[in-house]
Amino acid sequence: MTALTAGIDCGSKNTKIIILKDDQILSTASVLSGFDQEESAKKALNNSLDKAGVNRVDIKYIIATGAGMDAISFANDTVTTISANARGTHFIFPSARTVIDIGAEEGRVLRIDEEGKVKDFGINEKCAAGAGAFIEAMARALEVDITTMGELSLKSTKQIPMNAQCTIFAESEVVSLIHQKTLKEDIIRAVHDAIADRNTSMVRQIGIEQEVALIGGVANNIGFIDSMKRNLGFDLLVPNEVIAPEYVSALGAALIAKDKIGG
Amino acid sequence: MSNTESDMEYWRWTESRYTNSELSWEDADIISAGVDVGSVSTQAVVMLDGKIYCYSNMRTGSDSPDSANNAMTWALEETGLSIDKIQFVVGTGYGRVNVPFANRAITEIACHARGANFIYGPEIRTVLDMGGQDCKAIRCDHRGKVTAFLMNDKCAAGTGRGMEVFADLLQVHINDVGKMSLQVDEEPEPVSSTCVVFAKSEAVGLLRKGWLKEKVLAAYCAAMAHRVVTLLLRLGIEEKFAITGGIAKNIGVVKRIEDELKIKAPEPAIDPQLAGAIGAALFAKALVEKQCKKA
Repeated sequence: MTALTAGIDCGSKNTKIIILKDDQILSTASVLSGFDQEESAKKALNNSLDKAGVNRVDIKYIIATGAGMDAISFANDTVTTISANARGTHFIFPSARTVIDIGAEEGRVLRIDEEGKVKDFGINEKCAAGAGAFIEAMARALEVDITTMGELSLKSTKQIPMNAQCTIFAESEVVSLIHQKTLKEDIIRAVHDAIADRNTSMVRQIGIEQEVALIGGVANNIGFIDSMKRNLGFDLLVPNEVIAPEYVSALGAALIAKDKIGG
Repeated sequence: MSNTESDMEYWRWTESRYTNSELSWEDADIISAGVDVGSVSTQAVVMLDGKIYCYSNMRTGSDSPDSANNAMTWALEETGLSIDKIQFVVGTGYGRVNVPFANRAITEIACHARGANFIYGPEIRTVLDMGGQDCKAIRCDHRGKVTAFLMNDKCAAGTGRGMEVFADLLQVHINDVGKMSLQVDEEPEPVSSTCVVFAKSEAVGLLRKGWLKEKVLAAYCAAMAHRVVTLLLRLGIEEKFAITGGIAKNIGVVKRIEDELKIKAPEPAIDPQLAGAIGAALFAKALVEKQCKKA
Protein backbone atom coordinates (compact mmCIF):
# COMPACT_ATOMS: atom_id res chain seq x y z
CA MET A 1 0.00 0.00 0.00
CA THR A 2 1.29 3.41 -0.88
CA ALA A 3 1.80 5.93 1.85
CA LEU A 4 -0.99 8.21 2.98
CA THR A 5 -0.56 11.89 3.81
CA ALA A 6 -2.78 14.50 5.43
CA GLY A 7 -3.08 18.27 5.26
CA ILE A 8 -4.77 20.22 8.05
CA ASP A 9 -5.83 23.82 7.55
CA CYS A 10 -6.41 25.47 10.93
CA GLY A 11 -8.50 28.45 9.93
CA SER A 12 -9.78 31.12 12.28
CA LYS A 13 -13.29 29.72 11.95
CA ASN A 14 -13.05 26.11 10.69
CA THR A 15 -10.41 23.41 10.76
CA LYS A 16 -10.32 21.42 7.53
CA ILE A 17 -8.49 18.19 6.81
CA ILE A 18 -7.82 16.10 3.72
CA ILE A 19 -6.35 12.59 3.58
CA LEU A 20 -4.56 11.75 0.36
CA LYS A 21 -3.46 8.46 -1.14
CA ASP A 22 -0.93 9.66 -3.69
CA ASP A 23 -2.90 12.19 -5.69
CA GLN A 24 -6.26 10.81 -4.71
CA ILE A 25 -8.50 12.29 -2.08
CA LEU A 26 -9.62 9.57 0.34
CA SER A 27 -11.63 11.75 2.66
CA THR A 28 -12.26 15.27 3.94
CA ALA A 29 -13.59 16.62 7.23
CA SER A 30 -14.30 20.02 8.72
CA VAL A 31 -14.97 21.05 12.33
CA LEU A 32 -15.30 24.40 14.07
CA SER A 33 -11.90 25.64 15.23
CA GLY A 34 -13.18 26.87 18.60
CA PHE A 35 -10.65 27.87 21.21
CA ASP A 36 -8.54 24.73 21.37
CA GLN A 37 -6.98 24.37 17.94
CA GLU A 38 -5.23 21.10 18.67
CA GLU A 39 -8.38 19.51 20.06
CA SER A 40 -10.33 20.57 16.95
CA ALA A 41 -7.59 19.28 14.66
CA LYS A 42 -7.65 15.91 16.44
CA LYS A 43 -11.40 15.75 16.05
CA ALA A 44 -11.14 16.57 12.35
CA LEU A 45 -8.41 13.96 11.92
CA ASN A 46 -10.47 11.24 13.61
CA ASN A 47 -13.50 12.11 11.48
CA SER A 48 -11.50 11.88 8.29
CA LEU A 49 -9.82 8.60 9.35
CA ASP A 50 -13.25 7.08 9.99
CA LYS A 51 -14.56 8.28 6.65
CA ALA A 52 -11.53 6.92 4.78
CA GLY A 53 -11.58 3.68 6.76
CA VAL A 54 -7.88 3.91 7.54
CA ASN A 55 -5.83 4.00 10.75
CA ARG A 56 -3.78 6.81 12.21
CA VAL A 57 -0.56 4.79 11.74
CA ASP A 58 -1.21 4.58 8.00
CA ILE A 59 -0.74 8.34 7.69
CA LYS A 60 2.95 8.81 7.07
CA TYR A 61 3.18 12.57 7.03
CA ILE A 62 0.93 15.38 8.27
CA ILE A 63 1.37 19.03 7.39
CA ALA A 64 -0.53 21.80 9.15
CA THR A 65 -1.23 25.23 7.72
CA GLY A 66 -3.45 28.23 8.52
CA ALA A 67 -3.68 30.68 11.42
CA GLY A 68 -3.53 28.03 14.16
CA MET A 69 -0.95 25.70 12.58
CA ASP A 70 1.63 26.12 15.35
CA ALA A 71 -0.75 24.65 17.93
CA ILE A 72 -0.85 21.24 16.21
CA SER A 73 1.81 19.22 18.00
CA PHE A 74 1.08 15.98 16.11
CA ALA A 75 1.83 17.54 12.71
CA ASN A 76 5.19 16.60 11.18
CA ASP A 77 5.62 20.02 9.67
CA THR A 78 3.91 23.30 8.82
CA VAL A 79 3.68 25.39 5.65
CA THR A 80 2.30 28.91 5.18
CA THR A 81 -1.21 29.35 3.88
CA ILE A 82 0.24 31.07 0.81
CA SER A 83 2.32 27.99 -0.12
CA ALA A 84 -0.57 25.63 0.59
CA ASN A 85 -2.94 27.76 -1.48
CA ALA A 86 -0.53 27.85 -4.39
CA ARG A 87 0.02 24.09 -4.38
CA GLY A 88 -3.65 23.25 -3.94
CA THR A 89 -4.89 25.65 -6.60
CA HIS A 90 -2.26 24.61 -9.12
CA PHE A 91 -3.28 20.98 -8.63
CA ILE A 92 -6.96 21.72 -9.38
CA PHE A 93 -6.48 24.47 -11.95
CA PRO A 94 -3.06 24.25 -13.65
CA SER A 95 -4.04 27.26 -15.76
CA ALA A 96 -4.57 29.56 -12.76
CA ARG A 97 -2.05 32.42 -12.48
CA THR A 98 -3.82 34.49 -9.83
CA VAL A 99 -5.45 33.05 -6.71
CA ILE A 100 -7.89 34.95 -4.52
CA ASP A 101 -8.48 33.26 -1.15
CA ILE A 102 -11.18 34.69 1.08
CA GLY A 103 -11.50 33.12 4.47
CA ALA A 104 -13.43 33.99 7.61
CA GLU A 105 -11.01 36.63 8.88
CA GLU A 106 -8.46 37.13 6.13
CA GLY A 107 -8.29 37.85 2.44
CA ARG A 108 -5.27 36.85 0.40
CA VAL A 109 -4.24 37.18 -3.19
CA LEU A 110 -1.29 35.42 -4.83
CA ARG A 111 0.28 35.28 -8.24
CA ILE A 112 1.65 31.91 -9.28
CA ASP A 113 3.64 30.74 -12.29
CA GLU A 114 2.99 27.80 -14.62
CA GLU A 115 4.62 25.45 -12.10
CA GLY A 116 2.49 26.73 -9.22
CA LYS A 117 5.33 28.67 -7.62
CA VAL A 118 4.42 31.85 -5.74
CA LYS A 119 5.59 35.03 -7.48
CA ASP A 120 3.94 37.63 -5.27
CA PHE A 121 1.19 37.89 -2.68
CA GLY A 122 -0.80 40.29 -0.50
CA ILE A 123 -2.82 39.77 2.67
CA ASN A 124 -5.51 41.71 4.50
CA GLU A 125 -5.65 40.50 8.08
CA LYS A 126 -6.14 43.84 9.80
CA CYS A 127 -9.79 44.46 9.11
CA ALA A 128 -12.92 42.32 8.90
CA ALA A 129 -14.31 44.20 5.90
CA GLY A 130 -13.44 42.09 2.87
CA ALA A 131 -13.50 38.78 4.78
CA GLY A 132 -16.18 36.21 5.56
CA ALA A 133 -16.76 37.82 8.97
CA PHE A 134 -18.21 40.81 7.11
CA ILE A 135 -20.88 38.72 5.34
CA GLU A 136 -21.61 36.88 8.60
CA ALA A 137 -22.20 40.13 10.48
CA MET A 138 -24.51 41.37 7.72
CA ALA A 139 -26.43 38.08 7.67
CA ARG A 140 -27.00 38.54 11.40
CA ALA A 141 -28.16 42.13 10.96
CA LEU A 142 -30.54 41.03 8.19
CA GLU A 143 -31.66 37.93 10.09
CA VAL A 144 -30.94 35.80 7.05
CA ASP A 145 -29.35 32.35 7.09
CA ILE A 146 -25.83 32.84 5.74
CA THR A 147 -26.13 29.87 3.37
CA THR A 148 -29.04 31.55 1.57
CA MET A 149 -27.27 34.90 1.08
CA GLY A 150 -25.86 33.93 -2.32
CA GLU A 151 -29.12 32.85 -3.89
CA LEU A 152 -31.05 35.79 -2.45
CA SER A 153 -28.64 38.34 -3.85
CA LEU A 154 -28.98 36.89 -7.34
CA LYS A 155 -32.67 37.87 -7.22
CA SER A 156 -31.74 41.51 -6.81
CA THR A 157 -32.51 43.82 -9.71
CA LYS A 158 -31.16 47.00 -8.20
CA GLN A 159 -27.68 48.21 -7.45
CA ILE A 160 -27.42 50.30 -4.28
CA PRO A 161 -24.13 51.56 -2.90
CA MET A 162 -22.84 50.72 0.59
CA ASN A 163 -20.97 53.70 1.98
CA ALA A 164 -19.38 52.09 5.00
CA GLN A 165 -16.15 50.13 4.70
CA CYS A 166 -15.97 49.15 8.36
CA THR A 167 -18.03 46.08 9.34
CA ILE A 168 -19.35 47.82 12.47
CA PHE A 169 -20.49 50.87 10.49
CA ALA A 170 -21.88 48.68 7.70
CA GLU A 171 -24.08 46.93 10.27
CA SER A 172 -25.67 50.29 11.14
CA GLU A 173 -26.01 51.06 7.44
CA VAL A 174 -27.79 47.78 6.81
CA VAL A 175 -30.17 48.50 9.69
CA SER A 176 -30.92 51.95 8.17
CA LEU A 177 -31.55 50.33 4.78
CA ILE A 178 -33.97 47.88 6.38
CA HIS A 179 -35.80 50.83 7.99
CA GLN A 180 -35.98 52.55 4.62
CA LYS A 181 -37.78 49.43 3.39
CA THR A 182 -35.02 48.52 0.95
CA LEU A 183 -35.52 44.97 -0.34
CA LYS A 184 -33.42 42.35 1.43
CA GLU A 185 -32.17 41.01 -1.92
CA ASP A 186 -30.87 44.44 -2.89
CA ILE A 187 -29.17 44.94 0.48
CA ILE A 188 -27.51 41.53 0.23
CA ARG A 189 -26.28 42.29 -3.26
CA ALA A 190 -24.87 45.58 -1.93
CA VAL A 191 -23.08 43.61 0.81
CA HIS A 192 -21.52 41.28 -1.76
CA ASP A 193 -20.59 44.20 -4.03
CA ALA A 194 -18.91 45.95 -1.10
CA ILE A 195 -16.73 42.99 -0.14
CA ALA A 196 -15.98 42.30 -3.82
CA ASP A 197 -14.84 45.92 -4.13
CA ARG A 198 -12.47 45.59 -1.20
CA ASN A 199 -10.97 42.42 -2.56
CA THR A 200 -10.70 43.67 -6.12
CA SER A 201 -8.63 46.61 -4.97
CA MET A 202 -6.32 44.21 -3.12
CA VAL A 203 -6.04 42.05 -6.26
CA ARG A 204 -5.25 45.07 -8.43
CA GLN A 205 -2.41 46.05 -6.07
CA ILE A 206 -0.72 42.72 -6.73
CA GLY A 207 -1.67 42.70 -10.39
CA ILE A 208 -3.96 40.34 -12.25
CA GLU A 209 -2.91 37.63 -14.64
CA GLN A 210 -5.59 35.32 -16.00
CA GLU A 211 -6.85 32.83 -15.30
CA VAL A 212 -8.02 33.77 -11.82
CA ALA A 213 -9.12 31.21 -9.23
CA LEU A 214 -11.36 32.04 -6.28
CA ILE A 215 -10.96 29.82 -3.20
CA GLY A 216 -11.73 29.87 0.53
CA GLY A 217 -15.04 29.49 2.35
CA VAL A 218 -16.53 32.67 0.90
CA ALA A 219 -16.20 31.14 -2.61
CA ASN A 220 -19.22 28.97 -1.70
CA ASN A 221 -21.35 32.09 -1.95
CA ILE A 222 -22.67 32.32 -5.53
CA GLY A 223 -23.86 35.89 -4.97
CA PHE A 224 -20.35 36.95 -4.02
CA ILE A 225 -18.87 35.09 -7.01
CA ASP A 226 -21.29 37.01 -9.23
CA SER A 227 -20.27 40.36 -7.69
CA MET A 228 -16.60 39.47 -8.03
CA LYS A 229 -17.01 38.53 -11.71
CA ARG A 230 -18.87 41.76 -12.43
CA ASN A 231 -16.22 43.74 -10.61
CA LEU A 232 -13.29 42.12 -12.40
CA GLY A 233 -15.02 41.91 -15.76
CA PHE A 234 -14.14 38.28 -16.50
CA ASP A 235 -14.97 34.74 -15.45
CA LEU A 236 -13.42 33.00 -12.45
CA LEU A 237 -12.31 29.45 -11.74
CA VAL A 238 -14.11 28.21 -8.65
CA PRO A 239 -13.42 24.70 -7.38
CA ASN A 240 -16.41 22.49 -6.74
CA GLU A 241 -15.95 19.27 -8.71
CA VAL A 242 -12.70 18.04 -7.21
CA ILE A 243 -13.29 19.64 -3.86
CA ALA A 244 -15.19 22.47 -2.12
CA PRO A 245 -13.35 25.82 -2.21
CA GLU A 246 -12.59 25.92 1.54
CA TYR A 247 -10.50 22.71 1.26
CA VAL A 248 -7.94 23.97 -1.25
CA SER A 249 -5.43 24.97 1.41
CA ALA A 250 -5.70 21.61 3.23
CA LEU A 251 -5.30 19.88 -0.13
CA GLY A 252 -2.18 21.92 -0.82
CA ALA A 253 -0.72 20.97 2.58
CA ALA A 254 -1.44 17.27 1.95
CA LEU A 255 0.18 17.47 -1.50
CA ILE A 256 3.27 19.14 -0.03
CA ALA A 257 3.36 16.30 2.57
CA LYS A 258 3.27 13.82 -0.31
CA ASP A 259 6.19 15.62 -2.00
CA LYS A 260 8.15 15.41 1.28
CA ILE A 261 7.96 11.66 1.55
CA GLY A 262 8.70 11.38 -2.15
CA GLY A 263 5.36 9.75 -2.97
CA MET B 1 -29.84 39.96 36.95
CA SER B 2 -33.19 40.56 35.29
CA ASN B 3 -33.52 40.31 31.57
CA THR B 4 -35.61 43.34 30.73
CA GLU B 5 -34.71 45.07 27.52
CA SER B 6 -33.37 48.21 29.18
CA ASP B 7 -31.05 46.09 31.30
CA MET B 8 -29.53 44.66 28.18
CA GLU B 9 -28.78 47.98 26.52
CA TYR B 10 -25.40 48.59 28.06
CA TRP B 11 -24.41 51.01 25.32
CA ARG B 12 -27.16 53.48 26.32
CA TRP B 13 -25.29 56.46 27.72
CA THR B 14 -27.15 58.99 29.84
CA GLU B 15 -28.91 61.88 28.12
CA SER B 16 -28.94 65.26 29.87
CA ARG B 17 -30.26 68.82 29.79
CA TYR B 18 -29.42 71.99 31.71
CA THR B 19 -30.56 75.58 32.23
CA ASN B 20 -28.47 78.33 33.81
CA SER B 21 -31.11 79.92 36.06
CA GLU B 22 -28.86 82.93 36.78
CA LEU B 23 -29.29 84.14 33.21
CA SER B 24 -32.43 85.56 31.67
CA TRP B 25 -32.98 85.51 27.91
CA GLU B 26 -35.17 88.64 28.11
CA ASP B 27 -32.09 90.68 29.08
CA ALA B 28 -29.80 89.28 26.36
CA ASP B 29 -28.56 91.31 23.38
CA ILE B 30 -27.64 88.31 21.28
CA ILE B 31 -29.36 84.93 21.48
CA SER B 32 -27.50 82.35 19.41
CA ALA B 33 -27.65 78.56 19.17
CA GLY B 34 -25.64 75.64 17.87
CA VAL B 35 -26.94 72.19 17.01
CA ASP B 36 -24.49 69.32 16.54
CA VAL B 37 -26.18 66.36 14.86
CA GLY B 38 -23.68 63.54 15.23
CA SER B 39 -24.01 59.97 14.06
CA VAL B 40 -24.65 58.78 17.61
CA SER B 41 -25.58 61.87 19.65
CA THR B 42 -27.18 65.27 19.06
CA GLN B 43 -26.59 68.39 21.17
CA ALA B 44 -28.34 71.75 21.16
CA VAL B 45 -26.74 74.69 22.98
CA VAL B 46 -28.34 78.13 23.39
CA MET B 47 -26.10 81.06 24.33
CA LEU B 48 -26.96 84.48 25.67
CA ASP B 49 -24.24 86.96 24.67
CA GLY B 50 -21.75 84.12 24.45
CA LYS B 51 -22.65 82.47 27.77
CA ILE B 52 -24.27 79.06 27.95
CA TYR B 53 -27.93 79.47 28.84
CA CYS B 54 -29.34 76.01 28.24
CA TYR B 55 -28.46 72.80 26.45
CA SER B 56 -29.56 69.25 25.74
CA ASN B 57 -27.52 66.18 24.90
CA MET B 58 -29.41 63.20 23.48
CA ARG B 59 -29.15 60.21 21.20
CA THR B 60 -29.55 60.77 17.45
CA GLY B 61 -32.62 59.06 16.07
CA SER B 62 -32.72 57.39 12.67
CA ASP B 63 -33.94 60.63 11.07
CA SER B 64 -31.67 63.69 11.22
CA PRO B 65 -34.23 66.57 10.91
CA ASP B 66 -36.18 65.13 13.83
CA SER B 67 -33.07 64.70 15.99
CA ALA B 68 -32.26 68.40 15.62
CA ASN B 69 -35.86 69.38 16.44
CA ASN B 70 -36.03 67.06 19.42
CA ALA B 71 -32.75 68.28 20.87
CA MET B 72 -33.69 71.95 20.46
CA THR B 73 -37.17 71.43 21.91
CA TRP B 74 -35.70 69.65 24.93
CA ALA B 75 -33.03 72.33 25.46
CA LEU B 76 -35.68 75.08 25.45
CA GLU B 77 -38.07 73.20 27.71
CA GLU B 78 -39.42 75.34 30.57
CA THR B 79 -37.22 78.31 29.62
CA GLY B 80 -40.05 80.25 27.96
CA LEU B 81 -37.71 80.84 25.03
CA SER B 82 -38.81 79.76 21.56
CA ILE B 83 -36.80 79.02 18.42
CA ASP B 84 -38.07 82.10 16.56
CA LYS B 85 -36.47 84.35 19.19
CA ILE B 86 -33.03 82.88 18.54
CA GLN B 87 -31.29 85.26 16.17
CA PHE B 88 -28.95 82.81 14.52
CA VAL B 89 -28.63 79.02 14.55
CA VAL B 90 -25.59 77.15 13.23
CA GLY B 91 -25.87 73.45 12.44
CA THR B 92 -22.84 71.21 12.58
CA GLY B 93 -21.87 67.53 12.67
CA TYR B 94 -22.52 64.68 10.33
CA GLY B 95 -26.20 65.66 9.96
CA ARG B 96 -25.60 69.42 9.77
CA VAL B 97 -27.33 69.92 6.41
CA ASN B 98 -30.46 68.40 7.90
CA VAL B 99 -31.09 70.95 10.65
CA PRO B 100 -34.31 72.54 9.31
CA PHE B 101 -34.14 75.68 11.46
CA ALA B 102 -30.41 76.40 11.00
CA ASN B 103 -29.35 79.61 9.27
CA ARG B 104 -26.06 78.10 8.31
CA ALA B 105 -24.01 74.89 8.45
CA ILE B 106 -20.35 74.83 9.56
CA THR B 107 -18.09 71.76 9.65
CA GLU B 108 -17.66 69.98 12.96
CA ILE B 109 -13.88 70.32 12.80
CA ALA B 110 -14.16 74.12 13.00
CA CYS B 111 -16.86 73.91 15.67
CA HIS B 112 -14.97 71.44 17.85
CA ALA B 113 -11.82 73.56 17.84
CA ARG B 114 -13.86 76.65 18.69
CA GLY B 115 -15.77 74.75 21.39
CA ALA B 116 -12.59 73.34 22.94
CA ASN B 117 -11.19 76.86 23.06
CA PHE B 118 -14.31 77.90 25.02
CA ILE B 119 -14.37 74.89 27.37
CA TYR B 120 -10.64 74.59 28.09
CA GLY B 121 -9.32 78.09 27.41
CA PRO B 122 -7.25 79.83 24.72
CA GLU B 123 -4.01 77.93 25.55
CA ILE B 124 -5.37 74.82 23.81
CA ARG B 125 -3.41 74.04 20.63
CA THR B 126 -4.34 70.41 20.00
CA VAL B 127 -7.83 68.93 20.24
CA LEU B 128 -8.68 65.26 20.00
CA ASP B 129 -12.36 64.84 19.23
CA MET B 130 -13.50 61.29 19.87
CA GLY B 131 -16.96 61.05 18.42
CA GLY B 132 -19.48 58.31 17.88
CA GLN B 133 -18.34 57.21 14.43
CA ASP B 134 -15.14 59.08 13.81
CA CYS B 135 -12.09 60.48 15.49
CA LYS B 136 -10.36 63.74 14.66
CA ALA B 137 -7.05 65.24 15.69
CA ILE B 138 -7.17 69.03 15.29
CA ARG B 139 -4.52 71.75 15.71
CA CYS B 140 -5.75 75.27 16.40
CA ASP B 141 -4.57 78.75 17.34
CA HIS B 142 -5.39 80.87 20.40
CA ARG B 143 -8.74 81.87 18.91
CA GLY B 144 -9.73 78.27 18.32
CA LYS B 145 -9.18 78.59 14.56
CA VAL B 146 -8.20 75.33 12.87
CA THR B 147 -4.65 75.19 11.49
CA ALA B 148 -4.46 71.47 10.61
CA PHE B 149 -6.35 68.22 11.17
CA LEU B 150 -6.44 64.49 10.51
CA MET B 151 -9.37 62.17 10.83
CA ASN B 152 -10.37 58.53 10.84
CA ASP B 153 -13.92 58.06 9.68
CA LYS B 154 -13.39 54.81 7.83
CA CYS B 155 -13.25 52.41 10.72
CA ALA B 156 -14.91 51.92 14.12
CA ALA B 157 -11.61 51.40 15.95
CA GLY B 158 -11.05 54.39 18.21
CA THR B 159 -14.65 55.62 18.10
CA GLY B 160 -17.56 55.67 20.51
CA ARG B 161 -19.35 53.06 18.41
CA GLY B 162 -16.48 50.64 19.04
CA MET B 163 -16.77 51.28 22.77
CA GLU B 164 -20.52 50.63 22.64
CA VAL B 165 -19.89 47.26 21.01
CA PHE B 166 -17.52 46.39 23.86
CA ALA B 167 -19.89 47.58 26.58
CA ASP B 168 -22.55 45.30 25.10
CA LEU B 169 -20.19 42.36 24.77
CA LEU B 170 -19.01 42.57 28.38
CA GLN B 171 -22.41 43.63 29.70
CA VAL B 172 -20.95 46.63 31.47
CA HIS B 173 -22.80 49.93 31.30
CA ILE B 174 -20.93 52.33 29.03
CA ASN B 175 -20.81 54.98 31.78
CA ASP B 176 -18.86 52.52 33.99
CA VAL B 177 -16.39 51.20 31.38
CA GLY B 178 -13.65 53.73 32.09
CA LYS B 179 -13.71 53.41 35.86
CA MET B 180 -13.84 49.63 35.74
CA SER B 181 -10.93 49.45 33.29
CA LEU B 182 -8.73 51.15 35.89
CA GLN B 183 -9.50 48.53 38.52
CA VAL B 184 -6.58 46.31 37.55
CA ASP B 185 -3.44 45.63 39.59
CA GLU B 186 -1.28 45.59 36.54
CA GLU B 187 -1.84 47.01 33.08
CA PRO B 188 -2.41 44.10 30.63
CA GLU B 189 -1.12 43.98 27.05
CA PRO B 190 -3.49 45.95 24.80
CA VAL B 191 -5.84 43.93 22.59
CA SER B 192 -3.76 43.33 19.47
CA SER B 193 -6.45 43.68 16.79
CA THR B 194 -7.21 47.05 15.31
CA CYS B 195 -10.54 45.97 13.82
CA VAL B 196 -13.40 46.05 16.34
CA VAL B 197 -14.82 42.80 14.92
CA PHE B 198 -11.52 41.01 15.54
CA ALA B 199 -10.99 42.73 18.90
CA LYS B 200 -14.36 41.34 19.91
CA SER B 201 -13.30 37.76 19.13
CA GLU B 202 -10.02 38.40 20.89
CA ALA B 203 -11.88 39.61 23.99
CA VAL B 204 -14.11 36.53 23.98
CA GLY B 205 -10.94 34.43 23.94
CA LEU B 206 -9.49 36.35 26.88
CA LEU B 207 -12.70 35.91 28.90
CA ARG B 208 -12.58 32.17 28.19
CA LYS B 209 -9.01 32.16 29.44
CA GLY B 210 -10.40 33.43 32.73
CA TRP B 211 -9.59 37.13 32.47
CA LEU B 212 -11.83 39.38 34.57
CA LYS B 213 -14.00 41.93 32.78
CA GLU B 214 -11.89 44.71 34.32
CA LYS B 215 -8.75 43.32 32.72
CA VAL B 216 -10.39 42.84 29.31
CA LEU B 217 -11.72 46.41 29.44
CA ALA B 218 -8.25 47.64 30.40
CA ALA B 219 -6.80 45.82 27.38
CA TYR B 220 -9.42 47.35 25.08
CA CYS B 221 -9.18 50.90 26.47
CA ALA B 222 -5.40 50.71 26.06
CA ALA B 223 -5.77 49.54 22.44
CA MET B 224 -8.20 52.36 21.70
CA ALA B 225 -5.89 54.90 23.34
CA HIS B 226 -2.97 53.63 21.28
CA ARG B 227 -4.99 53.83 18.09
CA VAL B 228 -5.85 57.52 18.56
CA VAL B 229 -2.37 58.39 19.83
CA THR B 230 -0.95 57.27 16.46
CA LEU B 231 -3.38 59.68 14.77
CA LEU B 232 -2.22 62.48 17.12
CA LEU B 233 1.44 61.74 16.55
CA ARG B 234 0.96 61.83 12.79
CA LEU B 235 -0.53 65.30 13.11
CA GLY B 236 2.00 66.43 15.72
CA ILE B 237 1.01 67.61 19.17
CA GLU B 238 1.47 71.08 20.54
CA GLU B 239 0.46 71.70 24.15
CA LYS B 240 -1.93 72.32 25.69
CA PHE B 241 -3.86 69.31 24.63
CA ALA B 242 -7.55 68.61 25.25
CA ILE B 243 -10.06 65.88 24.46
CA THR B 244 -13.66 66.45 23.37
CA GLY B 245 -16.53 64.16 22.37
CA GLY B 246 -18.23 61.36 24.26
CA ILE B 247 -15.07 59.32 24.88
CA ALA B 248 -13.59 62.31 26.73
CA LYS B 249 -15.86 61.16 29.56
CA ASN B 250 -14.27 57.72 29.63
CA ILE B 251 -11.51 58.04 32.23
CA GLY B 252 -10.06 54.66 31.22
CA VAL B 253 -9.29 55.85 27.69
CA VAL B 254 -8.35 59.40 28.68
CA LYS B 255 -5.85 58.28 31.33
CA ARG B 256 -4.20 55.84 28.93
CA ILE B 257 -3.91 58.51 26.22
CA GLU B 258 -2.30 60.83 28.79
CA ASP B 259 0.09 58.10 29.93
CA GLU B 260 1.14 57.22 26.38
CA LEU B 261 1.65 60.88 25.42
CA LYS B 262 3.04 61.84 28.85
CA ILE B 263 0.81 64.90 28.63
CA LYS B 264 -2.07 65.73 30.96
CA ALA B 265 -5.37 66.79 29.42
CA PRO B 266 -7.27 69.32 31.53
CA GLU B 267 -10.48 68.19 33.18
CA PRO B 268 -13.52 69.77 31.56
CA ALA B 269 -15.80 72.01 33.62
CA ILE B 270 -18.51 71.56 30.97
CA ASP B 271 -19.66 68.29 29.35
CA PRO B 272 -17.01 67.75 26.61
CA GLN B 273 -19.61 66.13 24.37
CA LEU B 274 -21.05 69.65 23.91
CA ALA B 275 -17.89 71.09 22.29
CA GLY B 276 -19.26 70.96 18.73
CA ALA B 277 -22.60 72.61 19.61
CA ILE B 278 -20.87 75.23 21.77
CA GLY B 279 -18.53 76.07 18.89
CA ALA B 280 -21.53 76.31 16.55
CA ALA B 281 -23.37 78.65 18.96
CA LEU B 282 -20.27 80.86 19.21
CA PHE B 283 -20.02 81.03 15.40
CA ALA B 284 -23.72 81.91 15.35
CA LYS B 285 -23.08 84.76 17.78
CA ALA B 286 -20.21 86.07 15.66
CA LEU B 287 -22.42 85.95 12.57
CA VAL B 288 -25.13 88.00 14.31
CA GLU B 289 -22.49 90.59 15.27
CA LYS B 290 -21.31 90.72 11.67
CA GLN B 291 -24.89 91.26 10.43
CA CYS B 292 -25.39 94.06 12.97
CA LYS B 293 -22.19 95.81 11.84
CA LYS B 294 -23.33 95.68 8.23
CA ALA B 295 -26.71 97.09 9.17
